Amino acid sequence: MSKFQFPESIKSRPVYGTLEPRVGKFHLMIADAEGAEAILELAAQDSALMAKSHIIFIPNGTDYGDQLKALNPAQYYEGPSYAASVQRIRHVLANAHQGLQVYLTGTEGLMGQAQNEAMQAGIPHTFIQTEHRGSVARRMQCVHCKGITEDVMTDPFVCSHCGLNLFVRDHYSRRLAAYQGVCIDAEDPGNVPEPVELYK
Amino acid sequence: MTIQFNDETFRDDYSFHNSDWAIKRFPFPFHEDSYMYAVNMEQHRGGPEGSVYEKRFDVDEHYVAEMRDRAMVLADDPLRCQSLPHMTLAGWDLLELIMVSKSEDYPDLFELHHDADQWRWVNKPLGIDDTFTFLDETTLPYGPMEYITRQTQGDFCVLDQREENLWMDAGMVTTQADWSLDFDLGMNFFEWHAPVPLAHEMGIFKRALKFLLNIQQGAPARRMNWTMTVNPLLDTSPENYHKWGIQKTTLTPENIGSKQHLRVELQTFFRLPRSNALVFPIRCYLCSFQDLMTMPKWGRRLHRVVRDLPVELATYKGFIDNRPMMLDYLSQFDDGLPTSPGVFPEPETEPPLNKAG
Ligand code: HEM
Repeated sequence: MSKFQFPESIKSRPVYGTLEPRVGKFHLMIADAEGAEAILELAAQDSALMAKSHIIFIPNGTDYGDQLKALNPAQYYEGPSYAASVQRIRHVLANAHQGLQVYLTGTEGLMGQAQNEAMQAGIPHTFIQTEHRGSVARRMQCVHCKGITEDVMTDPFVCSHCGLNLFVRDHYSRRLAAYQGVCIDAEDPGNVPEPVELYK
Repeated sequence: MTIQFNDETFRDDYSFHNSDWAIKRFPFPFHEDSYMYAVNMEQHRGGPEGSVYEKRFDVDEHYVAEMRDRAMVLADDPLRCQSLPHMTLAGWDLLELIMVSKSEDYPDLFELHHDADQWRWVNKPLGIDDTFTFLDETTLPYGPMEYITRQTQGDFCVLDQREENLWMDAGMVTTQADWSLDFDLGMNFFEWHAPVPLAHEMGIFKRALKFLLNIQQGAPARRMNWTMTVNPLLDTSPENYHKWGIQKTTLTPENIGSKQHLRVELQTFFRLPRSNALVFPIRCYLCSFQDLMTMPKWGRRLHRVVRDLPVELATYKGFIDNRPMMLDYLSQFDDGLPTSPGVFPEPETEPPLNKAG
């Protein structure tokens, strides 16, 4: 199942929509893993879209690459990781023409980071669409050491930088593209509940 | 009056203490015997002589010690003071507002001298005498917001106003009730308030924002907020929660009177002239339960407020586990007599505690 309905939450938590083809001369699509499916559906809705599109895809172990390439986008790039792709994303955004339409799809971490880049490049938020697909993992910032732990699937989890046991908050920072993780056993050291899978 | 500055600490040995003067003027936040969130805002146009509301930026006996504590927090974690690039002008606005206010309100402590754009600032309690060029950052040892807020009690959020919203784009935050500037930086009014229970559903934030967007220069406003802190710890930050959280478990029936503190924030709102930003000083006052209990009215009232506070609020404010012990202590100071309306302690007219044991 690649589509997941997130439960209603607090006001800092992002909400995602469904990508739809927009009118425009240039289209930038950034996706990871199952986000590819959203792009395939997008292409199916508008046969003229791909000729004006630049796709940046991070497979994360999936094999959608050939299907995306077969859409014949104007430009296609496959990156081994978001970190490896971010310089390219920045460059494309910095050199974007007025009216560039941005489509972000896949995991929250991918969308959050790419959205941040787009906003910093001055793309108005009304030109940015998002659609969640695939893993519900979260990108978490440890409020104590400030380190980011990617792909967190359980609550609580261990900070990959400082090793504290952190609980997963819904409070979200767009600037950091991360949720907040806070020490769970500060008031009762060592009493760390069994990790539970998110949304289970 | 001249202020005797305390030599005291807000960490380690916690030598912080309030004089009789400070207790009497403590901004007790409850005007009645119960508490619920509300759009509790009023004009910030002074107040009774000697009260914390009288001056634009209240200076009290804790000033020098609080500034020492702030310097230590910043040395450990410089991210407690941040300003996005477009906020520098607002920083100068704030520097001017504070220097002008303090030199007018406390001429024996602070002096401001202008010679065109050459400014001389004298801060006697902190032993500072600096000359700089207004609007030229290179002539100050820090950015303008950091420079002046290292010399002013209370936290500061500087909010950019755009898109009919306020954006937390700069701040100096070292005495916060468990929220992170580094995390909230760049958020709008609804986003940084997201963790607050009930108030969104009550429509409080929508109405409050509308009020704030319309605050005019020269017409500041204020409101109160409060929470509970074990030990007089100013830096109850999420950043350091893994270090101070354990202190909440050290309360006992014997030490609760001296260890448990009511933490009150006097929050004010000023429109800034050049940047049109809004500055939000959050001034923290601490008072131990045992000092509060010297005022019979506050003893009766605090017991009733803590007893009847909705669970959501006691949980959010972080004292749900300690509430039963607080109530055991506070109930000794509630004889069931009525309290007079308003926040002031009225020690001359309020009846003394009428309770045996
Ligand atoms: C524009 C200036 C303001 C700033 C920068 C600000 C900031 C904050 C922050 C950072 C929190 C902590 C949220 C968390 O848990 O992470 C908070 C809590 C809160 N704020 Fe504000 N606030 C502002 C104005 C207001 C106003 C005008 C109201 C009026 C109703 C208000 C009502 C509250 C309430 C009720 C809480 C929960 C406090 C508690 O229960 O201890 N705030 N605020």
